[in-house]
Amino acid sequence: MAQRYWNEKIEKMELAEMRKLQSERLVAQVKHVWDNVPYYRKKMEEKGVTPDDIKSIDDLHKLPFLSKADLRDSYPYGMLAAPLSDCVRIQSTSGTTGKRVVSFYTQNDVDLWEDCVARAITAAGGTKEDVVQVAYGYGLFTGGAGLHGGSHKVGCLTLPMSSGNTERQIQFMMDLKATILCCTPSYAAYIGETLQEMGYKPEDIPLKAGIFGAEPWTQAMREQIEATLGIKAYDIYGLTETSGPGVAFECEEQSGMHINEDNFIAEIIDPDTGEVLPEGSKGELVFTSITKEAFPLLRYRTRDICILSRGKCSCGRTLVKMTKPMGRSDDMLIIKGVNVFPSQIEEVLIKDFKAAPNYQIVVDRVGTTDTFEIKVEISDDMFSDTIKDISTLEKKIGADIQQILGIRAKISLVEPKSIPRSEGKAVRVIDKRKLV
Amino acid sequence: MTVKQLSVFVENRPGRLSAVTEALASAGINIRAVSIADTKDFGIMRIIVNDTDKAIAALKENGFIASAANVIAVIADDKPGSMASIMKILYNANISVEYMYAAFLNREKGSACLILRVDNNENAVEALKDADCTLISEKELSEI
Repeated sequence: MAQRYWNEKIEKMELAEMRKLQSERLVAQVKHVWDNVPYYRKKMEEKGVTPDDIKSIDDLHKLPFLSKADLRDSYPYGMLAAPLSDCVRIQSTSGTTGKRVVSFYTQNDVDLWEDCVARAITAAGGTKEDVVQVAYGYGLFTGGAGLHGGSHKVGCLTLPMSSGNTERQIQFMMDLKATILCCTPSYAAYIGETLQEMGYKPEDIPLKAGIFGAEPWTQAMREQIEATLGIKAYDIYGLTETSGPGVAFECEEQSGMHINEDNFIAEIIDPDTGEVLPEGSKGELVFTSITKEAFPLLRYRTRDICILSRGKCSCGRTLVKMTKPMGRSDDMLIIKGVNVFPSQIEEVLIKDFKAAPNYQIVVDRVGTTDTFEIKVEISDDMFSDTIKDISTLEKKIGADIQQILGIRAKISLVEPKSIPRSEGKAVRVIDKRKLV
Repeated sequence: MTVKQLSVFVENRPGRLSAVTEALASAGINIRAVSIADTKDFGIMRIIVNDTDKAIAALKENGFIASAANVIAVIADDKPGSMASIMKILYNANISVEYMYAAFLNREKGSACLILRVDNNENAVEALKDADCTLISEKELSEI
């Protein structure tokens, strides 16, 4: 099969030329941010840096970092670099109170984002002849909107299914002959299992490829999805802070994701010192958006740990490749595709009981589905001699957690001191999933 | 006239009941009545003991969550229909029984003892006394 690219010039650009393009865009972007984002300007001033100091990509390391805390401090308009009247869209992270990130887009930002997704769809073999079933959630979440827009760009027939209602997903997939499925890997696995239970064999299923992201998944899971659906499964990476899915995408080699470097400059840093690490080192991924107009984050720390490499790729693309994230440099968990911070759970417990009891989050994966349990040590205040009262309490905690996180957790009340302590502190998270 | 009942939170895993009863045994506590309400993940062990304060102290010292509540201990004749008549007395007085269990508090042959947790102790005690039922007091309990 002939190699196909959405934007061959960019995707196969020589490194020197790419660096030149990145340098030009970076210099302009730093000026744009300096002029329009007082929050970041102040950070630059504190570091003694002005736009004049940034002459090329070699000066990138002089700029201050941005973190999720900065986005929280400046919520909602503090990072906005374009007049609101020029913005046409917002998207937001997965509804997590206190950690919510609202990202703004001009029409040009949306176009560039969708262009990045179009590259991903093309790399997965998509053309205007394809029928793309988008089973990511639609709404504030970037998954649905991103793949939907990219699919339009390529000219595919787009099925805007959103997530859920698996029976209807399967009916549309079979009746309208969907050829590319886009959703979270765990949902793809679930759809696959359901098809299998219904008696469909991989050869009966019209799909040829899948583009799956928004949560960590393993090679074993990829193989399982590929076998049950009879497809090639491609990984896609992105985050709301930079645009959404499409920051990086897999090609047919399926060995890491090409970063759309004409839009995002990637760096790997030591998460403790902030020092930039040489290519091939494992560290925290940092992105600088060099084309975004409305929400241009410079040196944004993703907290994802990975490795970048510029080895020659058999697909012909020269874009740098990132490995699947191998972990996080903070305590964030991704459970069922949703970002979960232990502190959010603690906030709910404090609200329900006036004081935080000892608790432990236990995450596991049964088959391809994440299980999520919160153990809470019962205290005198929480205890009652009737089962009814304790069950009501468990249900209340469960409902409050679901309202904050958007996903259900099993709440288990346990005896005092039964959660293991290490150095006197309770161990907050037990993640039994083997993802890397 | 009520007696104190102890409730202890017990997780559903091997060894927990052993630990609770061991804690009570070490403190020289005599268990006079016991009942366990269980769910999938945990149970509540309800007990009547000869020295409630000492028992609570012993349980807390061993890291258990325990609380005390007032329940009614009523003597019933050990013959058909006596429990039914007690239930009828409470029903007629519009008392709701949340739970009940039997106790090893037989003062004499031919009698049985019921522990009742009701929604209104005062009214229940009054109704049972009016019907000439025999109730056991906290003081009597420690002497049996």
